[in-house]
Amino acid sequence: MLFQRYRRGLFITAFLAAPVTLYLVYVISPYIQAFYIAMTDWRGVTATPRFVGFDNFARLFADGIFWKAVRHNAALLVLLPLLTIVIALFFAFLLNVGGGNGGSGGLGGIRGSKLYRVIFFFPQVLAVAVVAVLFQQVFRPDGSGMLNGPLMALGVEPVGFLSNPDVAFWSVLGVMVWQAVGFYVVLFSAGLASIPRDMFEAAQIDGAGRGSLFFRITLPLLWDTVQVAWVYLGILALDVFAIVWVMTDQHGGPDFSTTVMAAEIYRNAFSYFRFGYASALGVVMFFFTVGFAIISLRLSRRERIEY
Amino acid sequence: MTTTMTSGTVATSRREERRERRKRLGPLGVLSHVALLVWTVLVVVPILWTFLASVKSEDEIFGDAWSLPRTLHWDNFARAWEQAHIGQYTLNSVVVVTFSTFGTMLLGSMAAYVLARYPFRGNRAFYLMFVSGLAFPVYLALTPLFFVVQNMGNVPVLGPFIGLNTHAGLVLVYIAYSMPFTVFFLAAFFRTLPTAVGEAAMVDGASHTRVFFQIMLPMARPGIVSVTIFNVLGQWNQYQLPLVLLQERDKWVLTQGIADISTAAGYDQDWSALFAALTLAILPMLVVYTIFQRQIQAGLTAGALK
Repeated sequence: MLFQRYRRGLFITAFLAAPVTLYLVYVISPYIQAFYIAMTDWRGVTATPRFVGFDNFARLFADGIFWKAVRHNAALLVLLPLLTIVIALFFAFLLNVGGGNGGSGGLGGIRGSKLYRVIFFFPQVLAVAVVAVLFQQVFRPDGSGMLNGPLMALGVEPVGFLSNPDVAFWSVLGVMVWQAVGFYVVLFSAGLASIPRDMFEAAQIDGAGRGSLFFRITLPLLWDTVQVAWVYLGILALDVFAIVWVMTDQHGGPDFSTTVMAAEIYRNAFSYFRFGYASALGVVMFFFTVGFAIISLRLSRRERIEY
Repeated sequence: MTTTMTSGTVATSRREERRERRKRLGPLGVLSHVALLVWTVLVVVPILWTFLASVKSEDEIFGDAWSLPRTLHWDNFARAWEQAHIGQYTLNSVVVVTFSTFGTMLLGSMAAYVLARYPFRGNRAFYLMFVSGLAFPVYLALTPLFFVVQNMGNVPVLGPFIGLNTHAGLVLVYIAYSMPFTVFFLAAFFRTLPTAVGEAAMVDGASHTRVFFQIMLPMARPGIVSVTIFNVLGQWNQYQLPLVLLQERDKWVLTQGIADISTAAGYDQDWSALFAALTLAILPMLVVYTIFQRQIQAGLTAGALK
């Protein structure tokens, strides 16, 4: 008996040792160090960083670029989930319910709905860095750009998708939506597939049109999945880095018109070597992310009680 | 709805209903096809346009965006592969992802199994420690992580293999940062598996380790496949971590290579090679995705559906 327990303990220890060690060394310890480094003026040259308390945070909150980055993240936090979910819900509805001429189910999706889903999902498989370079070419400012070529042929002034500070942010948002929609079409389709067909048929026989089918049946029954999507897209909006860093002029430009918190962290740490300042930015970002997670959990819990 | 009808009339009346419903939805049916086609064009055309540009000459690329190439410049691909080092970067990516995914799955499933199936003091704390990583932004850890990996380079014996600018170092970092999702997902999966088979094997004298590798792991196959796909794609597409940890060109992974051709090269750019490089990065994904699209969709959405 004792031997059995000893063997069990040994097994647990042996199986946990490697993953826990790796996780402590590479994940937990950097996170903890970051909070300390944020209170120093460390630039990597001295062996021991000097403790400066909350100086980095004071400088951060007086920094216009930081607030620009926060504003862009906040705008993405609202717009990315909103646009992506609306478009994805619309397509998921058309592909699964609203087609009207489904083959076997009577009230299935549109013909070819499987092919649409396969095509829409593909951008999700590509690396963000690859998508960023791809759209850099699509958005070229002259006639050689995929979008500006036809525009100029029609006699329209070319659009500075990435060179005009008023437009660049929307280009970033557009590419993010472009890449995300397919994933949520598939996610919502899976959610819709678990709703009994009878519900839609019954509603239609009672005279429900497309509109009420969508707003009265589909949306309420999919609400849980929509909430999950909202959290995922919100975190994506707060975490955005590669698309901005690779696609835009001057890594977040022109004139910081597209910069985001993650880009400023990277820039401060690895271009300016201001490790303390970058870590302070990271700490702020951490609280934004945790705050967002807590708020969305709260909201979703309240929704569930209402049900 | 149709339960009050006799079975003989069900089939025909259903068909009529269907026809009537279709009539009501008629004109919108066309519109929804249009909407779907528009999005299809939005997804497909930029990618096809890139493929097309990859066989154009430099002059054609700077000319009209929609002109067709006069001759097919396959040499763009040779230059992308050799001079832009896409071949080297692809090989680096393959090596890193092969080891990191294998390591992630091995260590992740071991931790998940123990945490899901063996109650002991501290179990919950370990589980929460792993899963809490799901909520942290990696950017907070970025700066200290750089120095952690740098310091690993000073470890005796192993140091030169796991410091900065080493693939093994990146592999270890990938494994660690893949733990939260892998443990979270697989622990949930192991909890759903029946206990009886494993217990019977234990009675027959199998060790805990043997039960795990020969009974539980094969039973968990569907979950393992999903998470493996998730990790392969996530690690293959990773850009942020290698950007920080691999600064020597010959160590770069594919995403770094692609991003660099367009940003850093300056005026003497080889634009046609850039398009060829993009094509070389996209095409394999397209092929793999076409073959495994069902599994890939399931793998990537698995986390959100849990």
